[in-house]
Formats: sequence, C-alpha cells, structure tokens
Amino acid sequence: MDMKSLYLLIALSPLAGAIIAGLFGWAIGRRAAHVVTIAGVAVSAVLSLKVLYGFLNGGAVFNETVYTWLTVGGMEFSVGFLVDSLTALMLVVVTSVSLMVHIYTIGYMSEDPGYQRFFSYISLFTFSMLMLVMSNNFVQLFFGWEAVGLVSYLLIGFWFKRPTATYANLKAFLVNRVGDFGFLLGIGLVLAHFGGSLNYADVFAALPQVKDQTIQIIPGVDWSLMTVTCILLFVGAMGKSAQFPLHVWLPDSMEGPTPISALIHAATMVTAGIFMVSRMSPMFELSDTALNFVMITGSITALFMGFLGIVQNDIKRVVAYSTLSQLGYMTVALGASAYSVAMFHVMTHAFFKALLFLAAGSVIIGMHHEQDMRKMGGLRKYMPITWITSLLGSLALIGTPFFSGFYSKDSIILAVEHSNLAASGFATFAVLAGVFVTAFYSFRMYFLVFHGKERWMDAAHPASHHGDHADEEPDHDHHHGLGPNDKPHESPWVVTLPLVLLAIPSVIIGYFAVGPLVGGDFFNGVIFTNLAAHPGLAAVMPHAEHAFEMGMHAFVTLPFWLALAGVVTAWVFYMKAPQIPAAIKKTFAPVNTLLENKYYLDEIYFAVFAKGSRALGTFFWKICDMLLIDGLIVNGSAKLVGSFSRVVRRLQTGFIYSYATTMIVGVLALITIWFSQLIFG
Amino acid sequence: MLQNYFPILLFVIVGLMVGVGPIVLGKLVSPNRPDPEKLSPYECGFEAFEDTRMRFDVRYYLVAILFILFDLEIAFLFPWAVVLKEIGMFGFGAMLVFLAILTIGFIYEWKKGALEWE
Amino acid sequence: MNWADLNLMPALPEIFLLAALSFILVLDLFIPDEKRDVTYGLSLLTLAACAALQLATFEPFATTTFSGMFVDDPMADIIKVAMYGVTAAVLVYTRQYVADRGMFRGEYYTLSLFALLGMNVMVSSSHFLTLYIGLELLSLALYALIALRRDSAAGTEAAMKYFVLGALASGMLLYGMSMVYGATGSLAISEIAAAIASGHSNAVLLVFGLVFLVAGLAFKLGAVPFHMWVPDVYQGSPTAVTLMLGAAPKLAAFVFIIRILVQGMGELSGDWQGMLVLIAALSMMIGNVAAIAQTNIKRMLAYSTISHMGFLLLGLLAANEQGYASAMFYAMVYVLTTLAGFGVLLALSHAGFECEKLEDLKGLNQRNSWYAFLMLLVMFSMAGIPPLAGFYAKFAVIKSVVDLGAVNMGFGMVSALYLAVFAVMMSLVGAFYYLRVVKNMYFDDKQSDAPIVVRGEMKVLLSVNALALLVLGVLPQGLIELCIEAMRQSLAVL
Repeated sequence: MDMKSLYLLIALSPLAGAIIAGLFGWAIGRRAAHVVTIAGVAVSAVLSLKVLYGFLNGGAVFNETVYTWLTVGGMEFSVGFLVDSLTALMLVVVTSVSLMVHIYTIGYMSEDPGYQRFFSYISLFTFSMLMLVMSNNFVQLFFGWEAVGLVSYLLIGFWFKRPTATYANLKAFLVNRVGDFGFLLGIGLVLAHFGGSLNYADVFAALPQVKDQTIQIIPGVDWSLMTVTCILLFVGAMGKSAQFPLHVWLPDSMEGPTPISALIHAATMVTAGIFMVSRMSPMFELSDTALNFVMITGSITALFMGFLGIVQNDIKRVVAYSTLSQLGYMTVALGASAYSVAMFHVMTHAFFKALLFLAAGSVIIGMHHEQDMRKMGGLRKYMPITWITSLLGSLALIGTPFFSGFYSKDSIILAVEHSNLAASGFATFAVLAGVFVTAFYSFRMYFLVFHGKERWMDAAHPASHHGDHADEEPDHDHHHGLGPNDKPHESPWVVTLPLVLLAIPSVIIGYFAVGPLVGGDFFNGVIFTNLAAHPGLAAVMPHAEHAFEMGMHAFVTLPFWLALAGVVTAWVFYMKAPQIPAAIKKTFAPVNTLLENKYYLDEIYFAVFAKGSRALGTFFWKICDMLLIDGLIVNGSAKLVGSFSRVVRRLQTGFIYSYATTMIVGVLALITIWFSQLIFG
Repeated sequence: MLQNYFPILLFVIVGLMVGVGPIVLGKLVSPNRPDPEKLSPYECGFEAFEDTRMRFDVRYYLVAILFILFDLEIAFLFPWAVVLKEIGMFGFGAMLVFLAILTIGFIYEWKKGALEWE
Repeated sequence: MNWADLNLMPALPEIFLLAALSFILVLDLFIPDEKRDVTYGLSLLTLAACAALQLATFEPFATTTFSGMFVDDPMADIIKVAMYGVTAAVLVYTRQYVADRGMFRGEYYTLSLFALLGMNVMVSSSHFLTLYIGLELLSLALYALIALRRDSAAGTEAAMKYFVLGALASGMLLYGMSMVYGATGSLAISEIAAAIASGHSNAVLLVFGLVFLVAGLAFKLGAVPFHMWVPDVYQGSPTAVTLMLGAAPKLAAFVFIIRILVQGMGELSGDWQGMLVLIAALSMMIGNVAAIAQTNIKRMLAYSTISHMGFLLLGLLAANEQGYASAMFYAMVYVLTTLAGFGVLLALSHAGFECEKLEDLKGLNQRNSWYAFLMLLVMFSMAGIPPLAGFYAKFAVIKSVVDLGAVNMGFGMVSALYLAVFAVMMSLVGAFYYLRVVKNMYFDDKQSDAPIVVRGEMKVLLSVNALALLVLGVLPQGLIELCIEAMRQSLAVL
C-alpha cells in the first residue's frame, strides 16, 4: 500500500464507521453499530502506530494534495495531507485514546437509547480530529477545527432533553465562536500577506520576506504583522484549548456523557490549540510579544484553574478543572518556545487524563450515577481495578518521578525557568505553585472517593431524589444514586479493560518517550525553535537525554517536594482532621465564595457581553431591522415582487392564441433589435 | 439591394388589385335587391336536407392517417425502384430496413384493432 | 455508397435501442395486462444495455457516420449515458404512479423509449435534418405521452397546447434553418460553420435565420418569451409525464443548442450572445417571480424550470469553453435535482390522490422525516444553498459570466457584472419559494395521515438520487472536470 492510500485509510475508516452507525444504526442494531465503529477506529489506530513506527526509524515526510476541492480565481482549496513526526504523534494519541473510549462506551452507554447515535458521533469526531492534525493547509485545518467543535457541541448536548445540557452546549459553541473569529481573522491575514497561499509550506517559505512587515489596523499605528497574526491565531487556540478567559465552556461541557469528556474534553480536541501553535512554530518564533502573551495566558490558566479544582465536589468537575490547569501548563511551554515539550505533555496528559476521566466514569457507574464526592468514600474495597488505575493516573498527574506526567511536567518547569521572556518570572511562580495545587486537589479527590468513611451509607437516599448531578439519563431517573441497600460494584470488563490499557502508558510512556521527543531529534525539521533567542528548550534537552538520571535527580528538586506537600496536606485535611478545611472555609469565606463562583466570570460575561449585545441587538432590531430593513427593503421589495408576480400571472391566460402571440411578439422583438443593430449599428 | 425586390412589390400590388378590384367594382356597380327567397340556402334547387357541418366518425381519421403513412411508403418506393440498378444491394438493404420498421408499425396497429371498423 | 463505407459503430447504441424498442413494441401486444411488468423490466434492461454499449464504444474523439450526418463525440456520449440513467430513473419512479392511474400500458414504455431515441438522434446530429428528425421524434412521443390518459381533460388540454405551440416553434426552427441554408448553401453543421467563417454569406439572411433558430431553441428549453406552454403543460400532464418532459429533454436541448449555435454558428456568437442575454435575464426574472404566486407545486416547479433555463443560458452565452462546461454541469445538476423533486412528489401520490398542492407537503416531516429530508436537499439545491450541487452549478455559470467582462445586449455593450448581480438577486428571490416548501414540510402540522407506501427499488434509487446532490455539492470537481474535458474534446473537432 502506498503512503497516500494508507493515510486516506487512516482518516476515512472512522468516517465510514460513523456513516454506517449514524445513517443505518436503526437497521443494523446496537451490536453492529459498535462493532463497525470500533473496527473503523481500530484500523486507524493500528495504521497510526505503523506510521509512528516509521517516523521513529526516520520515515519520510509526506506532503501532498489529495483532492482539489475547488479553484477560485487562482486560489486553490484542496484537501491535502502533511504527515510528519508531529502528525504521527497526534495520530497515535487520537486513535489510541479514541479506541479505548469506544470500547469503554459499550459498557457506559449500554442502557442509553441513543447508543448508535453516540457511536456515530464519536467516530465522526475521530475523523474530524484526524483531518485537523493531518491537514497541510489552513482551510482544511479550519474545517477540522470547526468539525470537532460541531461534534463536541452535539455530544455535550447529547442528552438534549435536559435543559442544562442544551445550555452547556450552547455556551461551548458561543465561547468557541469568539475564539474561532480570531482564528479566522488570523487565517485571513495569512492569506493576505503571506504569499497568497494557504499551504503551510508556502506560508512558511514566505516568512523571511514578511517577518519585518507592519500593518496598520488603527490608522497611524504600526503593528508588527507577525505579532498580530500570531496573536489572532492564538486566540483561536484559546477558545479551543480553553485558555483563560475563554475557558468557561469546558467545566460546563461535563454535562455530556463521561466517555466524551475523556476523549474530547481532555485528551484530544482541547489539545488542538496546542497542536496548532506547535505546527505554526516557525511563525510564533518570530514574535516575542506573541510568545509573552501565550505564556501569560497559560500561566494564569495553569494556576487559577487549579485553585477552582480544590473547591469542587462533583468528581467530573474536579477532573475538568485539572484539565484546564494542565492545558495551561502546555500553553506555558509553548510560550517558552518548548513546543516539543508541550507536545510531549499533550501525549502523556492524553493518556493519564483520559484514564482519570474514565475512572471517574467507572466510579459514577458504580455509584449508580452519583457524582458528588461527599457521598462517596471507601470505594477501594468495592472497585479494586478502578481504585488502582485511578491511583496510578493521579500519581502520573501530580508528577511523581518516573511516571509519565513527571517527565513532561518537569520538562515544562525547567523550560520556563530558563526562558528569557519578560513573562517567565510570573510563569515560573505559577507553574511551581501549580504543582502543589495539582497534588492537593488530585489527592483530595482520591482520598474522598476511595478512602475514609463509606459516606454513601448515610447518604443513601430515597429513589425519588433529584439532584444537580450532571451525568444521568433523564429517562432513567430511578437509576440515580444508590438505593438504601445497594453497594457500589466494580464495572464490567469493557469499562475496566480501557482503564488498564490506559494505565500502562500513563505510567511508562514518559520514561521511554522523553529521550527522543524532547532530548532527541524526533521533531527535527518539523518544529522550529530558535534556540539562541529562546533558551528554554536548550536547558531541558541535556536532562531529557537521560531519563533515569532525570527521575533520580527529581528527588532533590523543588517540584517533587511541592507535590509531596500537596499530597500530605490533602491527607491531613480530608483523612486526619476534616475540621481544618471547614475552619479554613469559615475564616476565608470571601475567598471561598470567590472560588465557588468561579471568579464570577460567568456573571461578568453575562452582564457585559450578553446584556450588552442584547441591548445592541434591540437597537438594531427596533431601528435598523424593523424600520429600515423590514419596512423599506424587505417588505418593500417583497411587495414589488408580489405585484409584479400578479401581473405575470395575468399574462398566463391559458389560451393558446395568447401564448402564440407572445412567441411571435418575442421573435419580432428580437428581429427588430438585431436588424436595427445591423442597419444602424 | 432592396430595389431588386421592386418587381415583387409591383407584382403584389397588381395581384391585390386584380383580386380586390372586381369585388369592389361589383359592389359599386351591380343592382342589389335582396328578398328572403334569394337569401335562403339551397341545394341543387331544393331546400337543404340537413346541416352541412355533419359529424364524421372518428375512425375516418384513423384510417386517413394510416392511409397517409402507407401512401408515403409507396411514394418512396417509386423513385427507389427507378434507380435500384444504380444503388445496388446497398439501396436494396436500406429499403428493406425501412420496410421492416413500417411493418412493425403495421403489426402493432393490426393487433391493436385499428384496422377493424366495428 | 455501399456496405463497406458504412460504419455503424458510432450509432450502435441507437440501432440497438431501435431494435429493442421494436421488439418490446411487438412483444407487448401479446402480453396480458397482469404481466405488464415484463415490458417494464425489458425497458429497464434495454436502457442498461444501451448504457453499456455506449460506454463500450466510447472513444475520446469524434467519429461521424451516415455521410457525416451523425456524430459520436465525448459530449454526446456523456449526455447519452446520463439520459439513459435519467430515463431509467423516471421509469422506476413512475412505476407505481402509472399503475394506479391506468397508464400502466405498453405504450407508456415504448413511447418513453421513442422519446429517448429522438433525443439520442438530436444529441448525435451533425446535420440540420437529423437534428430536426430527432426533435420531431421526441416531440411526437411527448405529445402522445401527455395525452395518454384520454379521459383526463387537463391532460388532453395540455397535449393540445403543447402540440400547437410545438408545431409553431418547429415551424420557426425550420424557417430559421432554411434561411441559414439560403445564406450558406448547406445543412451540414461543419459546412455551415466553414461558410460563415469564409465571410461570403449574406449577413442579413444569416441574422434573420439566427433569430428564428434561437426562438425555436428557446421554445424547447422553455425560456421567456417562448415559455408560455411550460406551466400549463407541466401542470396538466400526469406527474409521471411531467417528469419525463422535464428531465432528459433538457439535456438533449442543451446539446441541441451547442450543435446549432456553437458548432454551427459559433462565428456569430457576438449576435446570439446578446439574444441569449435578453432571454436569460427575462427567464430568470419571470420564472422566479411568477413561481412565488403559485399554489400548485407542479406549476411552481414549472416556473422554477424557466428560471433554471435562464441560468443555463448564462453559461452558454459566455461563448467559451468554460461557459459551455459550466452550462453542461448546470444541466446535469438541474436534471438530477428535478428527478429527485418529482420523485418525492410521485412517492407521496397514491391511487386517487395527486400530491401537487403546496399544502400537500405540510408536515411531511411528521409523516416521514426521510422523504422530508430528501425534499429538503432538493429545495436547497434548487435554491443554490451550499454545500449542495445546485450551489456549484449556479456558482460556475455566474463565474463564467463575470469572467466575460462585458456582454453585447443588442443595444450596446454592458458590463457582465450587472448581469451577474441580476442573476444573484433573482436566485435570492427564488430562494423564497423553495424555502417556503421547506417551511411547509418542517414547521406546519400535517394535514393527512395517509401512509407513504413506496416500492423498494424506488426508495433506494430516490435516496441515492437526492444524496447525490449532497455528494456532488461536496465533491463537484470530478463532474466539472468531466464536463470541461468533454467540451474540449468535442468542440475541437468541428
């Protein structure tokens, strides 16, 4: 098989699965729906591994147009694949996590009436994500970008009968629109100024000519073209990768079923922004201003979203805020020009965060759709596999030496420490403080769920109870929470198998990958870092070459002890002396309120943007629309067309002679016009 | 160029005059004293027996159309027969194809009952 | 002339069609009514065999036969294969409809095949006489088809109108042909082109003939002001025949125009371009505006056809390869869309009920969401909403006009941009009544609970047909390139 058809097969087999399950799901039944979609994704996953293996052994970069969609005035819009080591890495991450999630879904959604629809959506998502990462031009990138956004929208609102779910998906859509607007403007600038092409290769080739250009957006003020373009592109990444202040949609997206929280809102889609910036590294390297902006945004997200994780009681929301914080880490790494490190963290994070989400889902199943951690506790006895795998995932997340998360997170911290950008001071503080916070909320969750008193015994409630818990199917309210005599139970094998399979890379992949990805030349020629100007990455590379020494060295560095302190604090607060957090809560009530209300961002957005745009909308509606457009243009032209239409209708008399007359008059008119032209013209 | 057509114009005018002139002349010159006897329609000296716009049986049309078809067939056959020597086997074959197609039509109309009067 | 000189290969599909047709005609006489499915099956088989023959004898260049009166070029091949497919689809879609209305007779199928044969001859003519014979064979078969239900007053009225006006148009066409003959001394298209190019022919006579030819062609297309028959005939004919009338003949008429105006009188493109501008602009305007006032959906689609023919002419009047290719693409897409649209109407009709009022579509989504979706695709495609095929079709013709720079309007040169803007505005007007159908289907309450019973083969074909609009909209490049290539190969020769 030649490479082109191989790549086509990778991208299209999930699509085929999605189409079959989506259009013919009603005919082929539930079993066949999951068989075809899993088969489609499995094909992709196996082939992706083959591709990655090829690149580990020095495979050749593939950059070709597969299909020309249309050509307009010299502009070509085409579907093309650029497959290099960066793409290969994303391919493996996307397809393997997707495969695990597909298998997991069999168990998680087994009782849901929308079973086939769900499988169709997640396969469609896989296709869209693959199109995004395999693209060799901005148009296809944008297509994939919007397509994953669309599927995410559909999946957040999967239980569309629930008002909170439709509210959440609308919110996700609208917030992403803000980011996408910036992204589109960025693409527009690229098209206008970077050699008139949208192909990555052409755009990058044009960089030397345009790097010092300036543009005037406000007349009279010169702005660097590179800075404006990069920041606009990054605004797109802020929306998709949920960076402050466009992060507000991600916690609410937990209204969707847990498998998609794992797949879309933790492992893959939200990392699209990180991927995009890494792909554009030659452009971002040319603007320190943009890099500073990226770094500041990332560090705010990393630290302040971590704080929010501490006060959450919903198990999925804790993981969601943890995701936000980790995305912040990746963004900080981008800001420090350590793109390879960011991609490395994307990979390790994908595995352990998908694991944590799926484990949370497993807990939710075990607790009969109970999501409040205060009503859990002591689950390790009942759900041993979930317990062990969660522990491994949490250890990876907080950066325990030798676990995958350690290598990536430590590399980020190192890179930021050695960055020479203006923002690096604050960023260093944020990522270090973030280590403590991460450890604290992760183990708070771990202890509350798996250890301590079995609180669900007291909390066991009558079957009619309705709570504010997100993850339940409204048609099956009687499943909600444990009954008085129920005990939590371990989930079926289709749920635990993905947990185990994800736990393995969560533990070991960092050890094996840090050398080639960060220290080695895996990304050579693909990701471009100006090591002389931005020394962050240079500081990491020598360490990364020796994975074992790096792990041993960790025990004498600050992050390790900060993490340990976080774990111990969590243990003291929630196992030994539960009165302490209560007391703190009382003493620092305003802080707590601030955190519980998520810094009031939702309220601010509502007051400023929603109300403001409504006021503006009312103005346009009343004055411009009703009066001018509706009254004058629309109704006026409609009236004109309508009366003309009646005239024409009257001409159609139904009599042959009038029809024949019309024809003859027509001929006469043509003759008259052309003869007068011939004679007088 | 238009003057080339002048004779035609002349011809048209003369033709019109020849046609219209006698009628106008007759109207002007002849005596005109109508009475009911003179104005009533007559048929060979008798009163009309029935309305002239009599209904035809629709089957006449069918037969007439079929007649035209095969009449034309004959019309083609005459010149063909005259030059058969020159056009040889090819001409013969071509006519056979033509006749075969007509025959198919003939079979159709026969079987459909178009040739039966009752 | 002798046997050795006669190369029948280029006309093999037509010869086969005629033979199979004669066979079916005779065989049908001996088939009892309850076994009429044999005729139906044989007709479909014939179409499949014709398509196979056409593809098997395909050659990427033009060959002529019958002393140069018959030409087989890639454009003809592609259009013919499309017509076989379209006719087959029509027969499948109308199978139940004709059975419910006592039209399930051998004549329905043989006349349809005769019409197809006529179109084939038209498409492959390189001589005015063969063109005319093909046209008359098509028209006569259609007159008879329209009047097939002799007891239906609307049907016979429609047939009568079509017959009389058709005869008038044929007369104009013949008159035009005789003028051209008088000016050039030939009826063979290539010789006419050569004579005009030599510059010795009488210009007055030529333009005179051209006007009559254009009038005759415009009548066939149903373009303003030769459109008056279209609404009455579309509405009066049984829906099955309306479909027959509205689908494949448009493809044939397209080639008809290419043969006469482009291949024969290409030198005069400066003159006919202006006529087509007027006709196209009027068609787009009258068609779209009048459609708004209609309550009968067949009549609405008739006016919509008029406006679509206006768009088709936009591509032709560009008078260059790109324009012809875009017009060919437009014709293909239009036929596909019409097929699906009438297909849904046929699916919704049943014994004793004609789905032809706009209200009949109300609440279709509640009754059967799949057919509502298919109709939605059709309407969106007709309105030219991306990503459906209709969008690219409109886009392509408008682009070819814009590229033109300026056009001769008869009373002076006008910027082509005005024409393009006008076309876009008219398609905007058109969007209104297409979307009204969508609104009826999705937002109104259903008026009937009659179950929608559709034969299996039709259900599949109709779904494929409508979804093809979507597929062609997303991936139009293949067909566009096919059209461009066909035009390039076919126009290079003559």
